[in-house]
Amino acid sequence: MLARTRAIAKKEFKQLWRDKRMLFVLIFFPTFLLAMFGYAVNFDVRNIQLAIYDSDKSDVSRDFISNLSNSTYFEFVEYLNNDDDVRRALNDKDAQVVMVIPEDFSEKLFRGEETAKIQFLVDGVDGNTANIISNYVNAATLAYNSKLQKDFFAQMGITREPPVLLEPLFWFNPNLETTKFLIPGLIVMILIVTAVVAVSISLVREKERGTIEQINVSSLSTAELLIGKSLPYILLALVDALFILVLGYILFDVTIEGSILLFFAATLVFILAATSQGIFLSVVADSQQVAFTVAILTTLLPSLMLSGFIFPIESMPGIIQVVTNITPAKFFVNILRAIMLRGVGIEAIWTQLVYMSIFILLFLGFASVIHKKKLSAA
Amino acid sequence: MKTILTIVRKEFLQLKRDPKMFGIILIAPILQLIILGYAANFDVEVVHTAIYDQDKTVTSREYIDNFKSVSYFHLDYDVNSYKEVVDLIDKGKVILGVVIPKDFEKKITRKETVRVQAVFDGSDGNSATISAGYVGGVTATFSQNILLEQKDKSGMQLKIGTIAPETRVWYNPELKTRVFMVPGIVGLLLMLITVILTSLAIVKEKEIGTLEQLMVTPIKSKQLIVGKLIPFAILSFVSEIIILTAMRVVFDIEVRGSYAFLFFSTFVYILSTLGLGMFVSTVSKTQQQAFMLAMFVVMLPMIYLSGFAFPIENMPKLLQYITYLIPLRYFMVIIRGIILKGIGFVDLWQELLAMLTIGLGILYLSSLRFQKRLK
Repeated sequence: MLARTRAIAKKEFKQLWRDKRMLFVLIFFPTFLLAMFGYAVNFDVRNIQLAIYDSDKSDVSRDFISNLSNSTYFEFVEYLNNDDDVRRALNDKDAQVVMVIPEDFSEKLFRGEETAKIQFLVDGVDGNTANIISNYVNAATLAYNSKLQKDFFAQMGITREPPVLLEPLFWFNPNLETTKFLIPGLIVMILIVTAVVAVSISLVREKERGTIEQINVSSLSTAELLIGKSLPYILLALVDALFILVLGYILFDVTIEGSILLFFAATLVFILAATSQGIFLSVVADSQQVAFTVAILTTLLPSLMLSGFIFPIESMPGIIQVVTNITPAKFFVNILRAIMLRGVGIEAIWTQLVYMSIFILLFLGFASVIHKKKLSAA
Repeated sequence: MKTILTIVRKEFLQLKRDPKMFGIILIAPILQLIILGYAANFDVEVVHTAIYDQDKTVTSREYIDNFKSVSYFHLDYDVNSYKEVVDLIDKGKVILGVVIPKDFEKKITRKETVRVQAVFDGSDGNSATISAGYVGGVTATFSQNILLEQKDKSGMQLKIGTIAPETRVWYNPELKTRVFMVPGIVGLLLMLITVILTSLAIVKEKEIGTLEQLMVTPIKSKQLIVGKLIPFAILSFVSEIIILTAMRVVFDIEVRGSYAFLFFSTFVYILSTLGLGMFVSTVSKTQQQAFMLAMFVVMLPMIYLSGFAFPIENMPKLLQYITYLIPLRYFMVIIRGIILKGIGFVDLWQELLAMLTIGLGILYLSSLRFQKRLK
């Protein structure tokens, strides 16, 4: 059994070796893409273009304005003088946010115990950025409010801090760099797409060329064939993972807080899951085109959007939360974030490992059943 | 012209013979649009929280009640040690732990400042940032109310109000991620289908060996490429109509601009993605190579460098220049502009022109590349 598996693996290796262009693409492209996209995945919004329409023109409104435009988040663009200007600034994308201070702002504020409203008009075409801008604006106003109060109390001769102060601590990623938590997701996506597509095509190719018939009439069992065929790709994916890791460390300072051994063990399980998915597709599909199409449609966007990589799963509708389980990427994103950022051990991630193993069993089980059916039908 | 028509007919016959492919191309995108459209949501609506209340007094409970009144916070765990907080965060059960110190009430009545710790799981930085905003809001309100109460008791006149920010989001007033993400998904799906279809167009014939037969016929390379493209263009257009209809029906996304212009610009976009697929097909030697190129050089960059999820302004300059080569970058601006802002040709002609240039340019390159190989 072992000898025959090895023979198949050797043959597959030789085939890969002969197509140098392909080998090069499979080894270096994932790494190269990580390097490139690592710079692209970034949610931090800086230098928000801020325009201001101040109809109050009081000391306090000016103080608030200077407070806001001095922060690193905002970049003051221009003063506006009427409503038409405001509309134009947003329509022409001159400003991402316009602050409108009403005429009675300072009057209301100092009359006491009233809320003085300030309007912020945010360009909502890129909703995520708009969301982040609203957050900044709220935080800035909160901070200014407590400063105002402090000043006021100081004037009355009472110096006191606010009664309750919040001390936010961001564990595992103290500076909240988005790149740090997005890179694990990027690794997962690149690995799953590469593995599923490469494996499914390599198997279907034999079918399309007719060489599978020769293999079928040989004494090779299905298991030997599948293991032998996918072994080279599994190794290749592990090499990719290693490269990606090294590069991630060099370029983006992404380190593994937990155990490296656990990282590779988990990666192996994930790659096995992805490979099983590839094998399953290759059994179902009859042509490389169909295999590729299904592989792309089931890995590319799902691993991006359903894995929790960029969209929080907890906030999705219930049914969609259930649907997210169709991709092993979801579990691997959890695992990578846990090992790489939180540095936790197996006790915190074993459930995720079990889920990924279920994928392997399911995909391989279905694949062998369908394969047998097809064989007996032929 | 007649030659082209013959090729078109041949391609259609071939497509008909592969019903699996046909079904996948027409049905899978709708399924994906629906699932992904609902999944695409940046808003953090659920914050799993653990509370470690060391004080256990009326005041601390009042503070906790303030969290309960915000629907985002799910106070799942009431723990009794710091270790439990650490454990819950490590295991990913909660992303926020609020630690209230023992002297919470005492310090407040003594008019001292008490520090409350909010521990976030920063490994999902986006959710952490957004929930930090929520916690800050709750705490500031609580703090303010205490001040006001104490002031009332002392009989002092507080002559200062608070500033309330009133945020209005233009073009997308409910700030639904869906409204601007779904058009992006439409762009991605159309790209996937067109590239999958065309990336094989030439290389498949090459691999099967039928390309040689075609080469000995008097068909010109341009005719072959155009003939191959027409069926794919028609199929993509059908798929475009289906996807855009699904967007309208399923997600109830209102198109403020003109439908005609939306279809027209989508067609120009498809032309550029068809061109990219065709180019991949002419440079590849085997189908396998074509797939890998299509995936690594076309599909993944389209996702990451188009501004679909990650803002282009945040990228390093060099990467920003590369994004100019990505047709989806322009299409994203166009489709969001038409749907959300209701703008049209006058405001979007530059993007349209850029897409058209890329499309025609890449198609020209493919036919050039193809000719070279014929000789």
